[in-house]
Amino acid sequence: MTKAETILVIGAGEAGARAALALREKGFEGNVTLLGEEAHRPYERPPLSKAALTDEAEPQVAFILTPDRLDEHGIRHLGGRAATAIDRAAHAVELADGGWLRYDRLLIATGARARKLAVPGAGPEDVLYLRTFEEARALRSRLAPGAHIAIIGGGFIGLELAAAARARGAEVTLIELAPRLLARAVPAAIADVIAARHAAAGVRLLTGIGIERIEAEGERHAIRLSTGERIVCDGILAGIGAVAETGLAERAGLAIDNGIAVDARLATSDPDIFAAGDCCSFPHPLYDGRRLRLEAWRNAQDQGTAAAKSMLGGSGAYDAVPWFWSDQYDLTLQIAGLPDEGPETVTRDLGDGARLDFHLASDGRLVAASAVGPNGRIARDVRLAEMLIARRATPDKATLADGSVRLKGLLAG
Amino acid sequence: MTITATTWIEACDADDIDAEDVIRFDHAGHTYAIYRSPDDEYFATDGLCTHERIHLADGLVMDHIIECPKHNGRFDYRTGQAKGAPVCLALKTYPVKLDGGKVLLGLA
Repeated sequence: MTKAETILVIGAGEAGARAALALREKGFEGNVTLLGEEAHRPYERPPLSKAALTDEAEPQVAFILTPDRLDEHGIRHLGGRAATAIDRAAHAVELADGGWLRYDRLLIATGARARKLAVPGAGPEDVLYLRTFEEARALRSRLAPGAHIAIIGGGFIGLELAAAARARGAEVTLIELAPRLLARAVPAAIADVIAARHAAAGVRLLTGIGIERIEAEGERHAIRLSTGERIVCDGILAGIGAVAETGLAERAGLAIDNGIAVDARLATSDPDIFAAGDCCSFPHPLYDGRRLRLEAWRNAQDQGTAAAKSMLGGSGAYDAVPWFWSDQYDLTLQIAGLPDEGPETVTRDLGDGARLDFHLASDGRLVAASAVGPNGRIARDVRLAEMLIARRATPDKATLADGSVRLKGLLAG
Repeated sequence: MTITATTWIEACDADDIDAEDVIRFDHAGHTYAIYRSPDDEYFATDGLCTHERIHLADGLVMDHIIECPKHNGRFDYRTGQAKGAPVCLALKTYPVKLDGGKVLLGLA
């Protein structure tokens, strides 16, 4: 590999922005260009399903990098510009408007797009999705007091939208195909707490129920369910998962494996091209090299930074413990590690209705922790659990279960 | 030049905070975080994270770093310096002194 003089980042989301910043923080003095399809400078997406919907004031874009910081770090941001092809031999990227950008190292941080509902009648005018700031504003405009909103999908996005819609006084029916909420994301005991909170807030939860089609009902819509029931509503929001944006990488012939396949350094099958964030799958050293693709804010942030180091010649493996959070009403849910790696669960009562489940592998190793409760009750212990997971600790089960023993003490052992 | 006298406010007992830990202290409509370092020094900062206004006292203290419980933004609580994404704005710090087993917070 030649010495990098020009580094190009495709995708100006969390991973791309963090990578650009990290390149400067690591002392890289060459050209850094951040290319984004959206016109906005890089901004934070987590508030889009939370404060941007519920705050009284019209939402503002929460920028990750202000113009001052972009200038200060000499990062060139090209907004509203899409990449259409990568010419690997020429080390250049073609833009939709016909221009070309050369690179010595390329980072693909194209993220993911909302999966579209595939039933008859689910056209772009009929169903709203959430990925961008503009989509959040469109959603917000539907959440009027008394409006009936149907939410399709009982994952994190659907549930945060349900909480936001209730906060704004809308009536909510949430429809999930799986037998329970958050089926892929969290253990049943945690999902039960979330389901109870939504029910208490007045959300009608329909689980194990499919959608046949969507029909016009005057100015409104009607959803025909697999049970035969017809739900008439003023807005349909779908949060049914995300699809990695791999098109550019695929057309360039890069290896794909549930996302752009990268190695532990986040390098793709081309040693001068890296990938980070929602668009890539990577082998995780903590879980025997199991290949993961994470759709998570922290992962995007950390992988952006890690990819920057690798592009500058670093050889370190990306091994951050996966970490997710979600806010719904007065509850926060946090998950560190991979709960499905741990068949045994030990529960700690954190008070105020908060609970923390530790997930242990058959050899006693702590592989994940999942918690739900007021943020102030759970955050510290989940953070400590995350450190124990990173250390491959095999903590004493009685200590884990005893809420009166400080978890911090286990770190010394 | 204006010289403002520091007013010392009694915040808590020195023993109210464990070593390498933090507590919240509210005074006159403002919230502060008071820290005790692993080597038993005391420090104080604004109580809310500069990123999304979350109470830092619910966060984890490791050595001289306080980590926000919401998004893990990190600050050196001795200087207020921001140490890691997503935070970039420093935290305001306040002088602290011990007097008769009490922690006093210095407000200008």
